[in-house]
Amino acid sequence: MRSCSHQTLETRMRPILMKGHERPLTFLRYNRDGDLLFSCAKDHTPTLWLAHNGERLGTYRGHNGAVWCCDVSRDSSRLVTGSADQTAKLWDVKSGKQLFTFNFGSSARSVDFAVGDHLAVITTDNFMDRMAAIHVKRIAEDPEDQVSDSVLVLQCPDGKKRINRAVWGPLNQTIVSAGEDTVIRIWDTETGKLLNETNEEVGHKKAITSLCKAADDSHFLTGSHDKTAKLWDMRTLTLIKTYTTGVPVNAVAMSPLLNHVVLGGGQDASAVTTTDHRAGKFEAKFYDKILQEEIGGVKGHFGPINALAFNPDGKSFSSGGEDGYVRLHHFDSDYFNIKI
Amino acid sequence: MEVVDIDARAAKLGINWSQVNFDSIQLPPGEDFGIESDDEAVYHDDQSEFDTGFGNIIVVDHLPVVPKEKFEKLEGVVKKIYNQLGVIKENGLWMPVDPDSKMTLGYCFIEFNTPQEAQNAKEKSHGYKLDKSHIFAVNMFDDFDRLMNVREEWEPPQARPYVPGENLQKWLTDDKARDQLVIRSGPDTEVYWNDARQKKPEPVHKRPYWTESYVQWSPLGTYLVTLHKQGAAVWGGADTFTRLMRYQHSMVKLVDFSPGEKYLVTYHSQEPSNPRDASKVEIKVFDVRTGRMMRDFKGSADEFSIGGPGGVAGASWPVFRWAGGKDDKYFAKLSKNTISVYETETFSLIDKKSMKVDNVVDICWSPTDSILSLFVPEQGGGNQPAKVALVQIPSKVELRQKNLFSVSDCKMYWQSSGEYLAVKVDRYTKTKKSTYSGFELFRIKERDIPIEVLELDNKNDKIIAFAWEPKGHRFAVIHGDQPRPDVSFYSMKTAQNTGRVSKLATLKAKQANALFWSPTGKYIILAGLKGFNGQLEFFNVDELETMATAEHFMATDIEWDPTGRYVATAVTSVHEMENGFTIWSFNGIEIYRILKDHFFQLAWRPRPPSFLTAEKEEEIAKNLKKYSKKYEAEDQDVSLLLSEQDREKRKALKAEWEKWVMQWKSLHEEEKLARQNLRDGEVSDVEEDEYEAKEVEFEDLIDVTEEIVQESM
Repeated sequence: MRSCSHQTLETRMRPILMKGHERPLTFLRYNRDGDLLFSCAKDHTPTLWLAHNGERLGTYRGHNGAVWCCDVSRDSSRLVTGSADQTAKLWDVKSGKQLFTFNFGSSARSVDFAVGDHLAVITTDNFMDRMAAIHVKRIAEDPEDQVSDSVLVLQCPDGKKRINRAVWGPLNQTIVSAGEDTVIRIWDTETGKLLNETNEEVGHKKAITSLCKAADDSHFLTGSHDKTAKLWDMRTLTLIKTYTTGVPVNAVAMSPLLNHVVLGGGQDASAVTTTDHRAGKFEAKFYDKILQEEIGGVKGHFGPINALAFNPDGKSFSSGGEDGYVRLHHFDSDYFNIKI
Repeated sequence: MEVVDIDARAAKLGINWSQVNFDSIQLPPGEDFGIESDDEAVYHDDQSEFDTGFGNIIVVDHLPVVPKEKFEKLEGVVKKIYNQLGVIKENGLWMPVDPDSKMTLGYCFIEFNTPQEAQNAKEKSHGYKLDKSHIFAVNMFDDFDRLMNVREEWEPPQARPYVPGENLQKWLTDDKARDQLVIRSGPDTEVYWNDARQKKPEPVHKRPYWTESYVQWSPLGTYLVTLHKQGAAVWGGADTFTRLMRYQHSMVKLVDFSPGEKYLVTYHSQEPSNPRDASKVEIKVFDVRTGRMMRDFKGSADEFSIGGPGGVAGASWPVFRWAGGKDDKYFAKLSKNTISVYETETFSLIDKKSMKVDNVVDICWSPTDSILSLFVPEQGGGNQPAKVALVQIPSKVELRQKNLFSVSDCKMYWQSSGEYLAVKVDRYTKTKKSTYSGFELFRIKERDIPIEVLELDNKNDKIIAFAWEPKGHRFAVIHGDQPRPDVSFYSMKTAQNTGRVSKLATLKAKQANALFWSPTGKYIILAGLKGFNGQLEFFNVDELETMATAEHFMATDIEWDPTGRYVATAVTSVHEMENGFTIWSFNGIEIYRILKDHFFQLAWRPRPPSFLTAEKEEEIAKNLKKYSKKYEAEDQDVSLLLSEQDREKRKALKAEWEKWVMQWKSLHEEEKLARQNLRDGEVSDVEEDEYEAKEVEFEDLIDVTEEIVQESM
């Protein structure tokens, strides 16, 4: 059963190949309506694509380093990006104009708009003596009024470990962070207190690379170099599911429509050329969210998969690879009839 | 006899002490001059004892007792003897003198530069005959305390009451007729039943740090051997794996069993301190059941390998090749220009001497008989042809030989029941610039051993792999230079052509570079390892049809279970990713898959050969339906049960998930207002609740115009 569906997934879907980046992809983000796709890469220009046909609409020029992450406001008017040039920038989505620049002393690794888009959480890397930190910024309605002060700064116990992702919990009451120290933490946004964290027993064994939350903020999925992805309750941090795969997980996504999760990964970029000749064999693997069983995979990338995103309508998804390509897949009818 | 006399006698016999090579002095075999070997005792000594720092001192006993006047002379003689065996430290020789009588005490201490030299001197000069009444007894200084504690009176060893041993064959009586396999991953070594019916492995025994390098089954499956710093150990038994015996051999690197698992050969090599020297090799042969060391071999790596450097570890393994069959009677060692064949009755060379075969480079035993095949390459720039010969042991009679011309290399492949020998011969083309391959096929069991020459259809094809069908008369060859080579099957006897080899089929353009026959024959896996990323083709050679094709991405190892029912493919830790193994049925249906990080090894437990006669086996095959009924019914029960269990499990998982979802929904509902406030009053939850995608077909006629197009000429 597994092997047959395995093949169907990849042969029947013709992906749209989007070549706009010159360096490995780092992040993908759809807007709420699912018509726009934002991509970030290690080249300096986040790019906007039309989500149904992959047409390139434009780029956001201004960063001076790899762009690690982005988020788009609910009304698709604002974009926030975090970059290795030690800034996070606010952009006008339509015009591509820079609205504001937050300066940090180190790379801005992840960004996330809160519900209502009045707040954003930005994580910064550890660099030299600087500790990794989570900053909460107030986002002004009018960019003229924007200030760069942080409303709240949170620091992990081990500031020498990078925080790879931080996102808002339900009703902006909490922030969930995860990173290289393998621990997932939930923070209170009012008091800045640590509310909960994973222990060694259920937690990941190696660095957490990616985090993706459900549309209703009820649960989230983390991917780790320990070759697993784990599904957690966002309020209680209860471990609900574990998905085991053979490769380090770099990217995770959850289907908003079906009970599917997608994991992408591969070995470290530095080891690709030396250890394996699996050209075109890097696979986005689909798992049944409830049964935790592998359904199938979509191959095609020539390097590890670094980014995955589902269209909010659940009918297409895109993957971004170390190879610099974004592959946009529209599911065919067979996908919706997969029985396991 | 005094030193003067010794010297005088030496002079009379024309012996110059400085020219005496003590290495050449050999004691007659079996003679120990009444001095018991202390090897055994050294062994059982506690190995963890502290180094006393006296390891480079030896004690030489049974020296002549001399008065003061002759002291210096004796000292000179002793110095002379030992200077040849190692470097004596300055003032390193001390011969105590009785303070009363001023006579020497008949022993001396010698300190060498290194413990190795001391050890060497001890071994070489122990039992050395200075003259009739002075035979040296040499001991390490470190051994002295122990030797002093030996009781004066001999005590008869106590007879231990007989304790019945465990049933070492119990695994064969498994009522589900399953096979066992051992895997190593991370620090753990685990033994499992392969329970194909339940589609999962059933654990038998698990132990972290069971072995320090690898594990190996004995050839009949009775024992599992593990390697440790102190030596090797074998494990087995009725229910769990208990340690049955230990074999002391410090820093053992490799082990090998004799085919009838009577003997265990252990190997240790030590890198030389001087990189230009050859590594030191020590090999011991143990009796598996009693744990007694039967013989040990020491020497430099050169003595245990031929030509070229024997790799980093020393000699190529196994150094000793065991003759086929269960008797474990002979084993052979190949070294430069010699083949040494030992027999296990006395553990000495047959006829007390090795066979001299100039330039021999390869030997190979028949798997069933005591026939040795050997290959000698071309010499004298082609004046003396290469030779493949079959030699009967122990008579050392040459049964058959064939000379081969312009040969670059030969490889010998025995068929598993010893009926045929295939020799792959690589010959130079006329220009000597390239080589092509052919086969010489020996029919061992026929009169006069006829030889047949086989060339491939396209004789320039490179041969990638060759494999005999186990117990059968067919073989498979992968050949070709293209990226996708061809696979051909040949038979030594077809119905029409009993005495000649004939081709059965050639499969074109396969992604294969390795062949894995089922141990029962008939089925073969054409595997594309390495460059082909783990392509598998399950092929039925009787029907000449492909049963299934599959892929185990990056597979590095393939191993059939001993019954030929299942086959395991594994990705071991040579790759970083997707480590683990998959179990397939013989016809290529994936049964289950286990992922294990840092996966090192997988090995099926071998089974001893069946006790059934060929006729009986044939009869069973004929009436298979009758016998299989019972098992099929069992299979069905299990599969029903499994699907039932599976359904239950899924139901439970779904129910649990539903509970979560309900909880989330209600919480989401509760928070609705709060969320609206956060979004500045926007009623925002529409999309998450009632949002339905409908496909609506809509046709609209936009405009219709008629135009008359005129062609203007």
